Amino acid sequence: MHLDHKDTFPERYTYSAAAPVRPDGTRRALRIGLGGPVGTGKTATVAALCRALRDELSIAVVTNDIYTREDAEFLLREAVLPPERISAVETGACPHTAIRDDISANLEAVEDLEAAVGAEGNGPLDLVLVESGGDNLTATFSKGLVDAQIFVIDVAGGDDIPRKGGPGVTSADLLVINKTDLAPYVGVDLEGMARDAKAQRGELPVAFTALKAENGVRPVADWVRARLAEWTVGPA
Amino acid sequence: MTLALPPRAVRPPAPAPPSAGLHATARIVARADAAGATRLPVLDGDGPLALRRIRAGAGQARVCVVSAMSAPLGGDRLALEATAEAGTALHVTAAAATVALPGRTGETATYDVRLTVGEGARLDWLPEPLISARGSDLRMTTTVELAPTARLVLREEQVLGRSGEETGALRSRLIVRRAGRTLLDQETAYGPGGPGWDTSAVLDGNRALGQLLVVGPEFEDGPAEVRLLGGAPEGQPGDGPGQGVLAPLAGPGALATAVAPDALRLRRLLDEAARAVTG
Amino acid sequence: MSRAALLVLADGRFPAGGHAHSGGAEPAVAAGRIKDAATLERFCRGRLHTAGLVAAALAAAAAAGCDPLLLDDAADARTPVPALRQVARRLGRQMMRAARATWPDPALDALAAARPRGAHQPVVLGLAARSAGLAPLDAAYAVAYESISGPATATVRLLSLDPFDATAVLAHLAADVDLVARQAAAAAERVATEGIDALPAASAPLLDITAQAHAAWPVRLFAS
Repeated sequence: MHLDHKDTFPERYTYSAAAPVRPDGTRRALRIGLGGPVGTGKTATVAALCRALRDELSIAVVTNDIYTREDAEFLLREAVLPPERISAVETGACPHTAIRDDISANLEAVEDLEAAVGAEGNGPLDLVLVESGGDNLTATFSKGLVDAQIFVIDVAGGDDIPRKGGPGVTSADLLVINKTDLAPYVGVDLEGMARDAKAQRGELPVAFTALKAENGVRPVADWVRARLAEWTVGPA
Repeated sequence: MTLALPPRAVRPPAPAPPSAGLHATARIVARADAAGATRLPVLDGDGPLALRRIRAGAGQARVCVVSAMSAPLGGDRLALEATAEAGTALHVTAAAATVALPGRTGETATYDVRLTVGEGARLDWLPEPLISARGSDLRMTTTVELAPTARLVLREEQVLGRSGEETGALRSRLIVRRAGRTLLDQETAYGPGGPGWDTSAVLDGNRALGQLLVVGPEFEDGPAEVRLLGGAPEGQPGDGPGQGVLAPLAGPGALATAVAPDALRLRRLLDEAARAVTG
Repeated sequence: MSRAALLVLADGRFPAGGHAHSGGAEPAVAAGRIKDAATLERFCRGRLHTAGLVAAALAAAAAAGCDPLLLDDAADARTPVPALRQVARRLGRQMMRAARATWPDPALDALAAARPRGAHQPVVLGLAARSAGLAPLDAAYAVAYESISGPATATVRLLSLDPFDATAVLAHLAADVDLVARQAAAAAERVATEGIDALPAASAPLLDITAQAHAAWPVRLFAS
């Protein structure tokens, strides 16, 4: 008898996001990563997405914090999802390692959430949001962990960030430029930012958001819906 | 041309030298009589290990181990066997600390404790500390065999050196098996010749360390709660009140582990654990 | 046997989750027990000869073909606090994921099926070494080295310790790593004739006590 873990779990261990189906043959949840510098509104975007989508989709969130579980605790306090749908990965002070170089802990967190939510009898998860702790402009998610990634910057960080580029700005599937409501106060030229982003990103989409505004997250939520629609009709 | 070879000194492999020390094995057997009371049909002291029966309450037998002389000395081979047969309750204490001392030959001494607890029986094994004196070299083993419904309370305390003295070499292994499976296996190795023991990962200057182990079927229903012992502020190596933790094992038992600057403060921590775990 | 496989397995960037763990260094730094290169070295020497030796021997025994489930039980018996058992199993599960992708082997699949929440990490690592065609001594080396490289890397982050000093600490301990790896492999070899008890059980009381305390910290940088 072993008292540390009486519960039994199904053996899962998919190697990575490369495997798009669950062991039972159904398509697994779409995994979207959210990264970006500190303070740009990643956690606020995750919270707003959960509120906007939770009535139509079964959602879970994995946070990658620098200090243990601060982002997870914020989401819990805001009660955007029930606690069993939020999981915090500890990163040893290096979130970018945990989302890019060594994704093992994140993959386990995603699988455990799929198992836990499935065990509640609420049906399978549709969407898992993986949030990175605030990091620098080079932090991107491994394709082994997520199917698509959103990079969040804000106007308060300066209007030269899109011009400077970096892997997050240039290659993220969606670039979110947040806090547009602050543009007049920080002297930022939004049209210039849009031009610079276009120059860096070509046809990849950019969304301007002001999360404080009513329905401010809508461009991001619509983008997520579109990704999910594509994902669901993909080959099983 | 032949080479002149020097005559080879042919020496047979040296037989294990007869130990200069004394050999002694003391035995205790507790057996339930027809009325369910615990009797002691075997209570055999030997050499330095004298056993004394103590008056006890109903249903329980108590024994005190009285050291008749200083032991173990280097080269001694001591053993103590206690069996609490099915349905008995046996409580064993000691009159004083055991001091490991150097012998004349510098040989290692051994002290083997073998405990067996039968179905529904309870053994309280609560000796006094083992003190490793400078220059001594002792290997101690404690092996416990528990039946599935047996209960055990076992305390083990080691003090490295008498007051203000360097420690001897002390190696001690505790193996507890329950229903044939190993529940706990811990070895400590301190003193001269043991690498890494006197470091911040192991003792950090503390000179007394101990364990309190409680095993019983009641832990199958709910593991013990984790409890930090001493509540001491960190960062006072060798001079603080010591620190410890009481935590559940992977099987039905709880173990308190504690380190402290001296035996007195160590006992305080283990007593705190005992109160917490027995309620 | 490919010795290069040992470099892959022992690489600090092998993606098996180790980067998020300090091996007890975080509480030791907080308590002032590690404050510079010299104190880091003492801490690492203590960990290597206790927890490191036990883990290295478990890995060597798994690489030698001992039953991994028996070794997993032996690891439980040698890990008295739940915080460290949980860490060992979590890291074992992550090691299993990386190992199955790197050196696929039915023996790894079987252990993963028997311990879906993870077996103790050294047991999984030893089995992975076996799958990679490595010898028990190789597995022991990988684990012994990891037992000190983890705290050293973490201390660089925790104290902003000069990384050259931290690496020099690892080099100073090379002879100790040699010794521990050989002891571990020798113990693993004795399991065939003497049983599991032949494996070392060296305990480090302060590592146990502080690991359990650290697990309850509300704010920390490392998972353990």
